[in-house]
Amino acid sequence: MWRYLGRKTGLYALTFFVAVTVNWMVPRFMPGDPVRTMLGRASVSDPEVRASMEEHYAQLFGLDVPLWKQYLGFWGALFQGDLGTSVWLFPTPVTEVLLEAVPYTLALLLPAILLSWVAGNRFGAFAARSRWLDNTALPLSYLLTATPYMWLGVLLAWGLGVVAGWFPATGAYSFALTPAFTWQFISDALAHWVLPFLSLFLVAFGGWAIGMRNLIIYELEADYSSYLRALGAPRRLVRRYAFRNAMLPQITGLALQLGTIVAGALLTEVVFAYPGLGSLILEALNNRDYFLLQGAFLFIVIGVLIANLIVDVLYVVVDPRTRTQMQGGA
Amino acid sequence: MSLDTAAVTGQGEGPSGRRGLDDLRFALRNPKLLAGGTVLLLLLLTAMVGPFFVSGDPNAYVGPQFAPPSGDHWFGTTSFGQDVFTQFVHGLRATFAVGALGGGIAGVLGMLVGFVGGYRGGLVDEVLNMVTNIVLVLPAMVVLIIAAAYLEARGLMVQGLFIGLTTWPWAARAIRAQTFSLAGREFVDLARLSGRRSWRIILREVAPNMYSYLVMSFILLFGGAVLIAAGLDFIGLGPTEGVSLGLMMHHSVTWGSLHLGTWWWFIPPGLGITAVVGSLYIANVGLDEVFNPRLREL
Repeated sequence: MWRYLGRKTGLYALTFFVAVTVNWMVPRFMPGDPVRTMLGRASVSDPEVRASMEEHYAQLFGLDVPLWKQYLGFWGALFQGDLGTSVWLFPTPVTEVLLEAVPYTLALLLPAILLSWVAGNRFGAFAARSRWLDNTALPLSYLLTATPYMWLGVLLAWGLGVVAGWFPATGAYSFALTPAFTWQFISDALAHWVLPFLSLFLVAFGGWAIGMRNLIIYELEADYSSYLRALGAPRRLVRRYAFRNAMLPQITGLALQLGTIVAGALLTEVVFAYPGLGSLILEALNNRDYFLLQGAFLFIVIGVLIANLIVDVLYVVVDPRTRTQMQGGA
Repeated sequence: MSLDTAAVTGQGEGPSGRRGLDDLRFALRNPKLLAGGTVLLLLLLTAMVGPFFVSGDPNAYVGPQFAPPSGDHWFGTTSFGQDVFTQFVHGLRATFAVGALGGGIAGVLGMLVGFVGGYRGGLVDEVLNMVTNIVLVLPAMVVLIIAAAYLEARGLMVQGLFIGLTTWPWAARAIRAQTFSLAGREFVDLARLSGRRSWRIILREVAPNMYSYLVMSFILLFGGAVLIAAGLDFIGLGPTEGVSLGLMMHHSVTWGSLHLGTWWWFIPPGLGITAVVGSLYIANVGLDEVFNPRLREL
């Protein structure tokens, strides 16, 4: 078991290394001068201030020392939690800006991922091998997974937000309020949370339902299912065993789909102007704030890696075979 | 997606001509494949022929501003007076182009890595597998955002290329597993004994026995590429010139169409993407049922 987890952790460490290296390489090896383009958007008219800013950023990028030194310096700064200074919100450090946005992204992502996974699996298992549901719910699920996250967001924001007026369609809370632990603020924040959550949930739900439905069909065709049926076991019991076996690939699927769902969350935030990492990325792009952009990239990669590790641990807990196999000296 | 479950069962049995005919017979009777295929074909036709019939430049200011759909402007006009239908038709073409390019490159890379790793095994496989796993864990879309942000001029070609370079790993993994199981079969051993070169064995013995798998992988990669491209376009990293469906949504949302109520500006592009990808997915289930007897309806 520990060997299995150790190997996985090693892989994630390597992935992190690659991600940081890519992060370092992109601004240096892409065509164009990042400092020039970055400051081109900053509204500084005083030439003296501008020159000092240019120098500051050239130094931050470390453009005046040899490449290998730049690379080592990049890692050094990273381990001190220093991701540079934001251009858009000059002079706030990037780490600070990002840490403020992370809770909002997590508040959208975690419930959407977990609930869609649980509900999608239940529904998929329920729909499998029932002809009526298969022919109505299945095509609908396929259309849902094929829907671009932002379009469903736009439709919900327009339909339920602007036209019907049931939920607010922009922001995480009303402008009149300041974040506080009061009933008024919490209910307001919840109302703002519903639509972005719903659009994330729906798209992901379709995917899980389809996956589960296909897996259940396979499990019901397996020998142990036929054997149980031949013994006269009730339909519910056979299904329960099938469901448990089908869970394993779905857990692996959870890890595989993480990247897609995270990207979906970023897009959804942009639609609803929800102040998480997605909105920050948009601002960073509009303001050419490359430090913020790259910081956001690292944050997301770290988040995805941690989530992957959690899924791996979960897998070991759920599937006893991974434990015995590893103990058996394999 | 559904590929996880589509094991290559019962393949390589019986004369291949017979099997092909059988597949065709089932294909023509499969409602999902027919429905998905028809919608897809209609959209493809619109994308290929459409731009010749609607007036030239999709970004030209041709009509009144904010006009709802009418006989003159089928899908209405934008807040700048551009014709939404013209943009839609051109955007659809861009969508197919980026899907074919991104899906194609990812498919070729996935096959290359999967075949070589699965057939060769050993150290080569270890290294390829590690690379695959690393790229698999990195969220493709976020990597693409970083890369695209530094490009001054962006085009469809570069976008497709980048998407292809980041989305191949799951296909490579699936193909590797299939190749691995096929490489141990007798007919492959026999081919190896006859002294043929490895790449010929892969092309002539291994690949044909999993062609259904390869086709379905390509379909899913195509759909994925379309969705990723739409996402990039939507946050403003689309092609700097021309139109695409994602870019239409980007402009629509940026210029406040949600609150102005100009629904005809953001509904067609999203619907177009959903229709393309959805019909691909549904056709894919149909194919799955055709190739894979266990999934056929009882």
